[in-house]
Amino acid sequence: MKISDKWLREWLDTELDAAAIADRLTGLGLEVDSVESLGNGLDDVVVGRVLEVAPHPNAERLSLCRVDAGGAAPLQIVCGAPNVEAERNYPVALVGARLPGGQEIRRAEIRAVLSEGMLCSATELGLADEADGLLALADEDRPGTPVTAALGLDDVIIDVDLTPNRADCFSMLGVARDLSAGLQTEIKVPRVLPVLPVIDETFPIDVTAPEGCPRFAGRVIRDLDPGAESPAWLKARLRGAGVRPIHPIVDVTNYVMLELGQPMHAYNLERLRGRVDARFARAGENLALLDGRTIELDEDLLVIADDAGPVGLAGIMGGVGSAVDSDTRHVFLEAAFFSPAIVAGRARRLGMHTDASLRFERGVDPAHQGRAVERATALLLEIAGGRPGPLQEVANETYLPAHRPVPLRRARLAQVLGVKIPDDAATGILNRLDMRVESTEVGWAVTAPPSRFDIALEVDLIEEVARVYGYDQVPEQTGPAPGELPLVTEFAVTLDRAREVLVDAGYQEVVTWSFVDADLDRRFAGGRDGLALANPIASHLAVMRQSLWPGLCQAAAYNLARQQERVLFFESGVRFIQQNNELVEETMIAGLAVGSRVPEQWGEPAENLDLFDIKSVIEAFAELTGEPESFDFRAAEHAALRPGRSAEVLRQGRCIGHFGELHPTFAKRLDLPSAPLVFELLAEPLLAAVPPRYRPVSRFPAVRRDLAVVVGDDVPAGELLTAIRSEVGTRLADLRVFDVYTGEKVETGSKSVALGLILQDTSRTLTDADVEGIMHGVVGCLAREFNAAIRE
Amino acid sequence: MHELDELLSRALADVSSAPDLGALDQARVRYLGKKGQITGQLKQLGSLPADERPAAGQAINQAKQTLQTALNERRGALESAHLDAELAAGAVDPTLPGRGQGPGGLHPVTRTQQRIEAIFRGAGFAVHDGPEVEDDFHNFTALNIPEDHPARAMHDTFYFPDGRLLRTHTSPVQIRAMVKQGAPIRMIVPGRVFRCDSDQTHTPMFHQVEGLVVDRGVSFAHLKAVLHQFVEVFFERPAELRFRPSYFPFTEPSAEVDVLSDAGRWLEILGCGMVHPNVLDNVDIDPEEYTGYAFGMGVERLAMLRYGVDDLRLFFDNDLQFLRQFR
Repeated sequence: MKISDKWLREWLDTELDAAAIADRLTGLGLEVDSVESLGNGLDDVVVGRVLEVAPHPNAERLSLCRVDAGGAAPLQIVCGAPNVEAERNYPVALVGARLPGGQEIRRAEIRAVLSEGMLCSATELGLADEADGLLALADEDRPGTPVTAALGLDDVIIDVDLTPNRADCFSMLGVARDLSAGLQTEIKVPRVLPVLPVIDETFPIDVTAPEGCPRFAGRVIRDLDPGAESPAWLKARLRGAGVRPIHPIVDVTNYVMLELGQPMHAYNLERLRGRVDARFARAGENLALLDGRTIELDEDLLVIADDAGPVGLAGIMGGVGSAVDSDTRHVFLEAAFFSPAIVAGRARRLGMHTDASLRFERGVDPAHQGRAVERATALLLEIAGGRPGPLQEVANETYLPAHRPVPLRRARLAQVLGVKIPDDAATGILNRLDMRVESTEVGWAVTAPPSRFDIALEVDLIEEVARVYGYDQVPEQTGPAPGELPLVTEFAVTLDRAREVLVDAGYQEVVTWSFVDADLDRRFAGGRDGLALANPIASHLAVMRQSLWPGLCQAAAYNLARQQERVLFFESGVRFIQQNNELVEETMIAGLAVGSRVPEQWGEPAENLDLFDIKSVIEAFAELTGEPESFDFRAAEHAALRPGRSAEVLRQGRCIGHFGELHPTFAKRLDLPSAPLVFELLAEPLLAAVPPRYRPVSRFPAVRRDLAVVVGDDVPAGELLTAIRSEVGTRLADLRVFDVYTGEKVETGSKSVALGLILQDTSRTLTDADVEGIMHGVVGCLAREFNAAIRE
Repeated sequence: MHELDELLSRALADVSSAPDLGALDQARVRYLGKKGQITGQLKQLGSLPADERPAAGQAINQAKQTLQTALNERRGALESAHLDAELAAGAVDPTLPGRGQGPGGLHPVTRTQQRIEAIFRGAGFAVHDGPEVEDDFHNFTALNIPEDHPARAMHDTFYFPDGRLLRTHTSPVQIRAMVKQGAPIRMIVPGRVFRCDSDQTHTPMFHQVEGLVVDRGVSFAHLKAVLHQFVEVFFERPAELRFRPSYFPFTEPSAEVDVLSDAGRWLEILGCGMVHPNVLDNVDIDPEEYTGYAFGMGVERLAMLRYGVDDLRLFFDNDLQFLRQFR
């Protein structure tokens, strides 16, 4: 809502400048977006009266003017405009002026004749895109008056960004009322006097749908002067509010909307058939609208119809068939109250946000329609003459919003705000907001004016008092102390700790979109469809991700394409999976690694990362849980992973995620120069933990025995380790795999696995016989279960 | 005896001139070994007259001791020189870069979020989370935003065909927590939120931290204090705040909070207000007995102000050159 500072000052007495007024408005909750001076660059442009026009002695197309610009002596100005006439007023740019277009006015000789300024067109003043000759000013303007004053451009426009609850401030009246409360000053609203009818003619008004249109006011006006033009002040106010002046009928209805907040419509009376009716549209009806569109009407749309069908979309836009134009002489004015619920959502659905719909869907003053018609009539008669009929009004009280008194308790006001506001300050604020305040035992009963649609509860009044009293007047006060200590658990590793593990392992955290490309997502999910958005922001961000891998891969590709050689990324976030028509949101920890094992450096060989580099991170998580033995790793296929280099992670036998090397076809599709290693794990089961449980520390020495066993190369090392652990039991302090060998020295199809067993007992030193016994058992077990041979 | 003195001085000269441990040992053997020259003197003691023997023996022993001391000293010196040489040979260039992986880093959003969480945890706020795919009830209706409410237009909502949606704010978790736990409650909710909007200053996904306190006697004055303290703790400097009346359907009175920048401009940093009684009613908390405040802040917004980032979209480009600045 664009507010004219000048207009505001006609209604309110204040010494504040526009910037201070803007601050106060913002302080009231009417957030000011911008404060802009009109008429920039027109400082040295004044009204000039052309006293005499003579031909230029040396140029046929130029004329030589003597111009009274308010100075001691008339100026001599060379003018090229053909429409210059003596005894008329035009804008004169004085010597030294710098016009909005950047043109500087200098004393100059034009074809050997001195010119002391320039007579200007609207284009040259930056007021119009094109102009037909000089801009004619009103004859009554005194020469020397700044043109900004003459054109109403000596104004500052304050642009207010309204919150949806403040429908009442979509007008000068509403803003001025709020500001009067904020400044504790009186508001002088121009009185609207009823216009006496000159003719008897009325136009029939039916309201078939009073629930949608509880009040409809109208008036016939005949014999307007089609040649009339809106006065400069009216045009200036419209322009200042960002509304383009068109012709007096439209200008006046727009002006009344800006002034009172009541959208109006003027019908060409000659084009209306029989009567107007506010009713719901009927199936199959169409309407050609003012914006040139023709729409098919749904039955929940309220229309204004005449005997031939709809002529307007109630509260949104008029129809083209009954529209007024500059030749219109006879009009029917409409000012209606359409219920917010009937307009709300419709404009949005139709993609038509108009000044009218914006106001109606939030609520216009339902008591106001007659006043708007009177105001518009008076203005129209003033500008274009005409003979008004009587004011017509159809109202249905049942459907008009009624304001009941709302109780406001003194104690509650103080409690919610945390400050005691003096009674007279509180009631003074409410009074200035046009609310009726009656005292009660515990406070007040407050009735809001009809223009307010946001005052139904006590808390609404508390907010009114608070915002006008000033939030800055509420003292800060430390709040009540927390009652109970928060839960701090050791039965889960925190996500933050998990992040630290990854960061310390060299991984950089990223945040990727929760929505991804549908096809890519489906591929990563092995053909399963993800949850699709109805209105994605872009086609490549259309489904909720079922895996964090696509996002990680894309982030990696982005960086690899920008001269990064080594990328280690992780992300924690939600994946979205539909199972049996249920959506499951699960927090995942996922990572990606590609490039060299360590950053290029002098002391380490340049080797590429492999599967076991990312596995070590997973093992670190396992250690943090306090029960690494609950984890298991198993070779397993995955749609997105390279066969033979992929595995699943099990915890207590349940699969909690996968890791491996990205399938080369996926890498290619994602423009990754080489296949990265990836992992993705369910955070919750991964991070479930047990607090440490003390076990006695052995005071007896440990013994190491090494063992190289030859087994089939399809025997997973993990199974060997599990078998040894269960065979030896608690005396196995540690178990290491220190070499895996395939090659000439073992049979084809076999591999040698070198194991280091650290044996220790907590109650005594192990004897040679103990150790021999254990090793004998291990060898026997491995031979039995894996057909393992001992390699000498 | 003269012979002994000469022998000793020759031996001492050999010792002191021995260039290494080998030469020193040869000198030791030459004079003090089984067949050494000083050892030989002792052997010849028997050929002396009996009355001369004690004096001669003493003189030889003294010479032997003197030589042994010299040998020890020389050995010490040579060993020490040898060690020095060995150590010098093993010197490395400590200015070469260190070995290994080097740390990764947290995303600046996480870093900021953790910081916000730490601050509020310290004041007894519990950290909650909730689903990102929400229903209309939790995201709007329960928060006092009924169907066709103009405030819905403020939220460019992502919908699913079945009417579910991506949460447009973290506020639905308020509802879930209050339903589950009732009052009193003191919590924050960090998390991803989504709006169907994308331009220079909007991304379709961003992060919020929601805060909620419901207790007996909670007032707007408490809200002002907690947010002022938060801003000063977060930015680690005194801050001037402006509470500006605004509108959120789920709070009343509502405010937007601006902080005064060094350049003297007000920068909007968060929204807040007193929990609307309708919201408390919706979760069966008696608004007569309990009042509460709520606030919501954009994590990226705070990160931008804290770290001087000038483009929101950088947070989601995942460019290592950007991310590495926030280890």
